[in-house]
Amino acid sequence: MSKRLIGILTPIIAVLLGIIVGTIIMLASGYDPITAYTALWNGAFGEVYYTGEVIRQVTPYILAGLAVAFAFRVGLFNIGVEGQFLVGWLAAVWVGVSFDLPRIIHLPLAILAAAIAGALWAFIPGLLKARLRVHEVIVTIMLNYTALHVCNYIIKNVLTDNKDKTDLVKDSATLRSEWLQSITDYSRFHWGIIVAIICCFIMWFLLERTTKGFELRAVGFNQHAAQYAGMNVNRNIILSMVISGAFAGLAGAMEGLGTFGYVTVKGGFTGVGFDGIAIALLGGNTALGVFFAAILFGALKIGALNMPLEAGVPNELVDIIIALIVFFVASSYIIRKLLDRFGKKEVK
Amino acid sequence: MKKRKIGMALSLVLAAGTLLGACGKSDDNAGDDNAKGGEKEKAFTVAMVTDVGGVDDKSFNQSAWEGLQAFGKENGLEKGKDGYDYLQSKSDADYSTNLNTLARQDFDLVFGIGFLMQGAVEEIAKQQKDHHFAIVDSEVDQPNVASILFKEQEASFLAGVAAAMTTKSNKIGFIGGVESAVIERFEAGFVAGVKAANPDATVDIQYAGAFDKAELGQSIASKMYSSGDDVVFHAAGATGNGLFKEATDRKAKDPNAEIWAIGVDSDQANMGPDVVLTSALKRVDNAVVDLSTKAKDGNFPGGKTITYGLSEDGVGLAPINEKAAAKADIEKAVNEWIEKIKSGDVKVPGTRDELKSFSAQ
Repeated sequence: MSKRLIGILTPIIAVLLGIIVGTIIMLASGYDPITAYTALWNGAFGEVYYTGEVIRQVTPYILAGLAVAFAFRVGLFNIGVEGQFLVGWLAAVWVGVSFDLPRIIHLPLAILAAAIAGALWAFIPGLLKARLRVHEVIVTIMLNYTALHVCNYIIKNVLTDNKDKTDLVKDSATLRSEWLQSITDYSRFHWGIIVAIICCFIMWFLLERTTKGFELRAVGFNQHAAQYAGMNVNRNIILSMVISGAFAGLAGAMEGLGTFGYVTVKGGFTGVGFDGIAIALLGGNTALGVFFAAILFGALKIGALNMPLEAGVPNELVDIIIALIVFFVASSYIIRKLLDRFGKKEVK
Repeated sequence: MKKRKIGMALSLVLAAGTLLGACGKSDDNAGDDNAKGGEKEKAFTVAMVTDVGGVDDKSFNQSAWEGLQAFGKENGLEKGKDGYDYLQSKSDADYSTNLNTLARQDFDLVFGIGFLMQGAVEEIAKQQKDHHFAIVDSEVDQPNVASILFKEQEASFLAGVAAAMTTKSNKIGFIGGVESAVIERFEAGFVAGVKAANPDATVDIQYAGAFDKAELGQSIASKMYSSGDDVVFHAAGATGNGLFKEATDRKAKDPNAEIWAIGVDSDQANMGPDVVLTSALKRVDNAVVDLSTKAKDGNFPGGKTITYGLSEDGVGLAPINEKAAAKADIEKAVNEWIEKIKSGDVKVPGTRDELKSFSAQ
């Protein structure tokens, strides 16, 4: 079996396994799996409204997935996407509410601010890793909490007068569009999906088609070999964290300028950054893979909301079924190994 | 090159499948709707969207769901699409989707529970002008939205009276969750109640800054009891669970200790049978039943704000603990105050400013 075929088959088998085990659990606890999965499908694609909501959810997922995947390709585990996502969200709204500029300048400026904020937040663990070999996992986890509380403080004390929600961003900075909403029956579908697709292309081009991308990948494969070959490992580590953080910050901009149009004080994490890890894994850390994995996760997330109402499946069971699909997706390594062995036998 | 073409073809097929799937489905649904329109006399249906707490949060989501269940029972409705139901939000982004889903399922009235949903309710109400919505603990100014507020100060006033008549040290504690208009109403009413019943007593006010940090609640309660406060009231959600823990611990160490805690929202007597004096009740369930009944009878108060106080049975005080020495006296005094508040003789302050000019006589 060719490598490419295995790459495509693995996630599909993972999803199927998740669905099968979910079916068994539903049968065992007395719910009708066919109604449940129909409800899941209808909740994601049954009406044009839901399809719009799925795309809305997919947009930040793509960017969060790209952020994790990019760092992965350079051998770094960026758990801090959630924190970079939050500072990006804040920065985008900050620019969105504080300036009065023509749309052609304001919108790109707000998006850029989010990317820079995310990049700066990721620069810290990148620098610590490159200079002092501090493990990026610990630093990024801690910076998630720092980001959460710093953002809450700024929202309460700088952007508003002790309120828990900022004003809406100015019309000139919004990604929302009446037209997109009207064709999807008032979903929150917004232009951000274009940004996400462009970023997919940027990631692919940067990694696969440029010298810098080759260097980054080389560092990911083997740092010592890369160093021996005369590449600057430290600089590449910092660069990859910064780009990864910029993607994460952009994901935040999608929520701040598109989905919500404001930023609120949060009691906990949104989960987008963490879902990004699963999306990157499922997508095999490639731009195209992340794109499709994000669609799957977005559809699952939106569709699952419909299951309790339409199929009477309790929320907890829905969580278990979705988690199972994610579980098999995340353990796709096992499937890959099995497929590999199976393929080798066939060749003999 | 060939490979790339295959990839392209694959994604096109997927995209087409998605789009066509969407078309086919929406046609089906249009058919369903017509069929539904054909059957007349559809039963009144009502649903709610919880915030991330869910319907078992031991607080107002749970209370609202209990109200909806009671309303369903009263009117012979079943849980589900043709009766009453709820959707749970897993993140802030889900509020809009859930509200929209329920409106699309043609529920006659959709509740958004909690002030967090204010923005989402306002937006969806503008889009779905034919549907009725209600929001609890916040105000939305749209013709098809009814806003539900509570006079929390009246409940906490009564709790203040009970606290002032129980304290021996004349020192009383108040633990707030996060500073906000709602918690300020609790605070102002409580202080007013204490002053009205016992002008010599002082109230020590502290905010935890969170609704979900029991350990923080416990450390504040510990400091309060140590500094001589013998009755502590909390309006801090799950943070207040730490108060009950601390009070129960102290009581276990020294059974003669004269310390009490007062609960909030629902009757929290089971949090510490020996230490919970009473609870300031906020009857979200009653408000939900009341508004649903109004809507069912065709009197939906769209565009209005309804404030539930003592007179409307929207707030109240839970039974006083049997072990309280002055139980009979407290009950007598509380009932007197209830009459005064209901008749309008006493207006309980709802903000710190109003508290300054408040006098019970």
